[in-house]
Amino acid sequence: MTTANQMAVERYRNNFLKEVEANVEEGHMVKMCMQCGVCAGSCPLGPHWTHSPQKIFMMIRAGKRDEVLGSDSMFMCTSCYNCMVRCPRQLPITHIMHGLANYAHRLGLAPKGQPTRDFATLFWNNAIKKGRVNELMLTLRHYFRNGLVSGIKEALGMQSVGLGLFMAKRLNPMEIFGGHGVKDLKGFHAIIAKAKEIEDRKKGFTA
Amino acid sequence: MTASIATNQTILVVGGGISGMTAALEAAECGKQVILVEKTPVLGGRTARLYRYFPKMCHPTCGLEINLRRIKQNRNIRLMTMTEVTAVTGSRGNYSVTLKVAPRFVNENCTACGKCAEAVSAEVPNPWNYGLDKLKAAYLPHNMAYPQRYVIDPSIVGTPEGEKAKAACPAGAVDLDMKDETVTLQVGALIYATGWRPYDAAKIQPYGYGRFKNVITSLEFERLADPQGPTGGKILRPSDGKEAKNVAFIQCAGSRDENHLRHCSRICCMASLKQTQYVREAFGDEGKSTVYYIDIRAIDRFEDFYQMVQKDATVGFVKSKVARIAENTENGNPILHGVDTEGYHRYAVEHDLVVLAVGMEPEITGVKLPDDVILDSSNFIEGSKDQGMFGAGAAASPLDVNRAVQSATAASLRAIQVIRKTASTEAV
Repeated sequence: MTTANQMAVERYRNNFLKEVEANVEEGHMVKMCMQCGVCAGSCPLGPHWTHSPQKIFMMIRAGKRDEVLGSDSMFMCTSCYNCMVRCPRQLPITHIMHGLANYAHRLGLAPKGQPTRDFATLFWNNAIKKGRVNELMLTLRHYFRNGLVSGIKEALGMQSVGLGLFMAKRLNPMEIFGGHGVKDLKGFHAIIAKAKEIEDRKKGFTA
Repeated sequence: MTASIATNQTILVVGGGISGMTAALEAAECGKQVILVEKTPVLGGRTARLYRYFPKMCHPTCGLEINLRRIKQNRNIRLMTMTEVTAVTGSRGNYSVTLKVAPRFVNENCTACGKCAEAVSAEVPNPWNYGLDKLKAAYLPHNMAYPQRYVIDPSIVGTPEGEKAKAACPAGAVDLDMKDETVTLQVGALIYATGWRPYDAAKIQPYGYGRFKNVITSLEFERLADPQGPTGGKILRPSDGKEAKNVAFIQCAGSRDENHLRHCSRICCMASLKQTQYVREAFGDEGKSTVYYIDIRAIDRFEDFYQMVQKDATVGFVKSKVARIAENTENGNPILHGVDTEGYHRYAVEHDLVVLAVGMEPEITGVKLPDDVILDSSNFIEGSKDQGMFGAGAAASPLDVNRAVQSATAASLRAIQVIRKTASTEAV
């Protein structure tokens, strides 16, 4: 258990709804859910999740902390906003799902090896390095995430796309040597550090 | 009808549905002068278009007949049909009201013999069946119509069809030269009994009303079950005229929804429970009704009716607001998609017919009312700042017939108080 997680458990004890209200973006709206089921039925990825938003909201109220924060469902959200525009009580469902994903990630409870979460992490680490996304490195790292053999297979499978991008001058092989960055790299890193500091303070992760 | 008969001792009731008729009658039977204005050619409003009432499952014709008889016997009520209020000025005890009277093209000589309808061949969508069928362009709105007088649809006036109607009339009642008239009246108090209309179901995009023929509204279903309706009382679905034995009822279609109507329309749960019994009445044990609901709100003392329906083996309940409807293109069956709340099971179920229990929207939504009138966030009338104008029935709150009558009686009493007060002030 991480320290932040231990603190959260001690602080909120059995009241997980209170914890969500205090720490998750738009968490105070969870209690407005009237369990009609429109979000669950409207979600295009619905059948592929373990827990629909409707179910997640009920689980929060039922105090199922481990199940909710360990769920992969929040990471399956593609932000299509179908649930949000159809919700009869106008809950910001998409935002709550992202808020839950973020909170679970920060507490170190998010499921390991969840593909969309892994890719998001890869993307973030790539982007903050130079302030610009190095697309070549991003795709390579993604293809080779499971080792050399499967990486080569996956890369070969995509080679016609890669070649097309290269011919259209949308993919620069020279990016393999680190790629281009923003002008003031030092300043950019300072901005990111400051933003993280502020967010940590706001969300109570300074300790 | 001239302006001279109305004084500030007169009560104006706007709307001739069950609430307006009740408000007008209660005041008139207390000896007050009442003017009852109605936009359509007949009294009865939405109530006249119901097949049965809950919870006793009796027919509205009975109650309407009693009220019509009371109106016919009462000299204190002046009825103006095809009339709309266009402006109200003044204040409590002393209003000046402008009315627009649309031409009926048939005068009081009409004996309702029906020869004009026989002569005419043009047809118009039948508003009393919510456009599910057509009626002749010279018509008596429905069997209970009061006044019992035909109407010529403006679309045939000035055409050979109109002349045919005129030539066929043995009483010389058809007058094709009638024009819009404007009348100004002085009244002491106003009662808005303007009622409600079904929420436009086509706005609930995922349910496909208007795209799928076998998705209809609860009011259209009411007409299907009625012997005077488009199918002669047989529950036949619109796409192919097949008997709809497996019917789904979707609750909160528009109601309790911040994207549509934010209020609970209160009547729809009871209306759907009632309509499941139409399916039973038509098909016995072969019929099947399924009610999809968020929670059943059997208002007031009607929980026993809900329990009675729950015991009916032909009626099933699914606790879920349906997310979307698709159509089986082979047989025209609507397919309901959603997730239920009792176990979070994903379902995709076919039915013969889907009935949307549409919410109640105040009929005055989008109409410019006097600035003094106070509306709530759903456009129901709360009253006026000067306390001389009142809402009654479904114009004031989403109410069933029973409660609308109570509300109308209360509004009538308040209007009488205004009149009394005005009279005593003038005596001094």
